Amino acid sequence: MGMMVRSVTNWGRSGLSDWLVQRMSAVVLAAYTLFMASIFVQNPDLTFSEWQAFFDVTWVKLFTLLTVLSVVGHAWVGLWTVATDYIKPAIIRFFFLIVVGVTLFVYLVTTATALWG
Amino acid sequence: MNRKRPVNLDIMTIKQPLAAITSILHRASGIFLLVGVGFLIWMLNQSLDSRQGFEAVRNLLQEPFAQFSLWVTLSAVIYHFVAGIKHLVMDMGIGETKEGVKMMSIGVIAIAGVLIVLTGVWIWA
Repeated sequence: MGMMVRSVTNWGRSGLSDWLVQRMSAVVLAAYTLFMASIFVQNPDLTFSEWQAFFDVTWVKLFTLLTVLSVVGHAWVGLWTVATDYIKPAIIRFFFLIVVGVTLFVYLVTTATALWG
Repeated sequence: MNRKRPVNLDIMTIKQPLAAITSILHRASGIFLLVGVGFLIWMLNQSLDSRQGFEAVRNLLQEPFAQFSLWVTLSAVIYHFVAGIKHLVMDMGIGETKEGVKMMSIGVIAIAGVLIVLTGVWIWA
């Protein structure tokens, strides 16, 4: 597959692993989007009890967690690519990616707390 | 080579092919979704927290500004989803000709457009 191009801010991963992460997470995100859309369309008048019972099912919790993990990976690869393309000064790019990383971590913790807290 | 030939690098006046427009919208919607997903996760967290939290989200979504924010966020999800499917289809080697790309770009705009309008109907109708 030739030489792997590495750079400091992509944290030692390769372009190939980025490509794979982006595709696998995309499939999970697409599946969850269709799943939730069908839930909302089929249940237009959800009550709190129904909503809570729905997210009390273990596989729904795990599917939701897997989806947020996919968001973290997908957004990181996507925004790393965008930052590398458009933000030329390294310091600003690094700061931007720190903000992205912290934001994604907060999303992960918030979702885990919502599901199991 | 004539070094004095006119050069136009003004991005606002360069005519972009449709594929370039769908591609930049894919990026723009992705960047926006870093914030948009936060809105969705915040609503999930509030709505599962307690009955009061659930009702608070329900009441918030009666407000025009919240409805508009939700519509914009879901529109970004829809566009990013449809453009992403095109990406996955092209990964499989389908539609990699100039005509194929144009057809699929039209398809992305059309399908996403219809779904975005339907989402607006779902929110406001």
